[in-house]
Amino acid sequence: MKYMLLIHSGAAGDDTSAIESESESFFQDWLNYDKAVKEAGIWVSGHSLADLTTATTVRVGPAGERTVTDGPFAETREVLGGYYVIDVPDLDVALDWAARCPGSRGGGSVVVRPVAEFEV
Amino acid sequence: MVEEPAVGGVSPVAAPVEAIFREERGRLLAALVRRFGDLDLAEDMASEAIEAALVHWPVDGVPPRPGAWLMTTARRRAVDRLRRDQAYAARLAVLQVEADRAGPAAPVESGSDLPDERLLLFFTCAHPALAADDRGALTLRCLAGLTTPEVARAFLVPPAAMAKRIVRAKKKIREARIPFRVPGVDELPQRLPGVLQVLYSLFTEGYAASSGPDLQRLDLAEEAIRLARILRRLLPAEREVAGLLGLMLLIHARRDARTGPDGAIVLLDDQDRGRWDAASIEEGRGLVLVALTGGPPGPYGVQAAIAALHDEAADLATTDWPQIVALYDVLLALTPSPVVALNRAVAVAMRDGPRAGLALLDELADQPRLRGYHPYLVARADLLCRLGRLPEAAAAYRQALDLAGTEPERAHLRRRLDGLRLS
Repeated sequence: MKYMLLIHSGAAGDDTSAIESESESFFQDWLNYDKAVKEAGIWVSGHSLADLTTATTVRVGPAGERTVTDGPFAETREVLGGYYVIDVPDLDVALDWAARCPGSRGGGSVVVRPVAEFEV
Repeated sequence: MVEEPAVGGVSPVAAPVEAIFREERGRLLAALVRRFGDLDLAEDMASEAIEAALVHWPVDGVPPRPGAWLMTTARRRAVDRLRRDQAYAARLAVLQVEADRAGPAAPVESGSDLPDERLLLFFTCAHPALAADDRGALTLRCLAGLTTPEVARAFLVPPAAMAKRIVRAKKKIREARIPFRVPGVDELPQRLPGVLQVLYSLFTEGYAASSGPDLQRLDLAEEAIRLARILRRLLPAEREVAGLLGLMLLIHARRDARTGPDGAIVLLDDQDRGRWDAASIEEGRGLVLVALTGGPPGPYGVQAAIAALHDEAADLATTDWPQIVALYDVLLALTPSPVVALNRAVAVAMRDGPRAGLALLDELADQPRLRGYHPYLVARADLLCRLGRLPEAAAAYRQALDLAGTEPERAHLRRRLDGLRLS
């Protein structure tokens, strides 16, 4: 069963100083986690996203008119910073991998969502 | 001689048969969940098997191995169902592979001819990924064998609303694939408190109904005790399970003395202790010993020990308050919470006098959890009253009156207020 782990970081500026001072080991934690996911044979896909200030939003109205806007900017406390899709037997295993993810620490959180399966 | 009319079409013969099923339903359901890895199918088949038994047993007699009879019938119906629905069968085949990895089947024990797999259900129904409100409802339905309308009545919500909640919880179990498995020994310390919390919430909800006309809803408290007994049999080595069951029994022992004939609340100091249930106290005290020996104590064991000290005392004056304060110190270290600190302050007032207790209560005044918490206001009002600071006491009772949930509680506070005016 496939689950998406949506990795939310605490809002920028919250404790940047702490992150900067630990950035070396923080980066190493992510490398280790990424390696562990791939070596466990459960990795389906995953990306880390560029800074939210680079985001652009597209909406299409009823008459087909396209609206492009800068943003969105973080209105909520937490910002989606990346994701993994993993293939594991059940929710308990998915929750274990979410808890191991460095993104679940230091004010961040990981939302675990099953990927919908459609019968063909 | 007047015969008792059969209620709701239930014949006198069928009644004991249904009583058997209340016990067997949870077991049958758990065994079917274990076999098929699917709660919906297991529930449907359990119901069909029980319906079949209700037709056959009164005529043919109860079979020598009733559990096996039910299981065989349920399995046969499931095979029929899956033959008709190939897509469902394909999905279940995948689940089955994973159910087999869930560990060895439970051994068959004496007293029943079905292996007891209910521990799987306890952990799935109390899974932290489910909404807290849904865990208790699901536990009552799957393990206590209550129907959805019965569960709705226990929680004082309309049946349709309860049905919706149960459907939502079952959908999450199915679609997020919450597994039916007993956590490993290494996970147990993290997962068992969640199961105990569900049972204790059911018990406290039954004991002090948070709203409504009746102070106590004994059915819910008794269901919680019944479930805790099952859990204790399934996890005999877990001392906190013993502590929880002990705590429930020691509190439940006072049920008859807790309300007056008119349903009015009777406080601990005014209760007729002769009406306390000696057998429950005896059993509860034995469980406290189990809970507090052989390792560091857990929060339920300590709370049970406090309840035991109350139950053992002849009256309020001879209660061992120093020991109770000491136990609250332990509890506060295990589970720091303003509510525990409040209870400790009340015990200190009994040990050292109202002034000492009031000083501790006033230190807690800024705790957000105690703001609008009426037991805090009542405790404060009682101590102010004992110190003769009557206008302040009256103000605190009035505030508490605005916040109290049940009618007997409100009536009690009104009586206290009237008492102040007379004196």
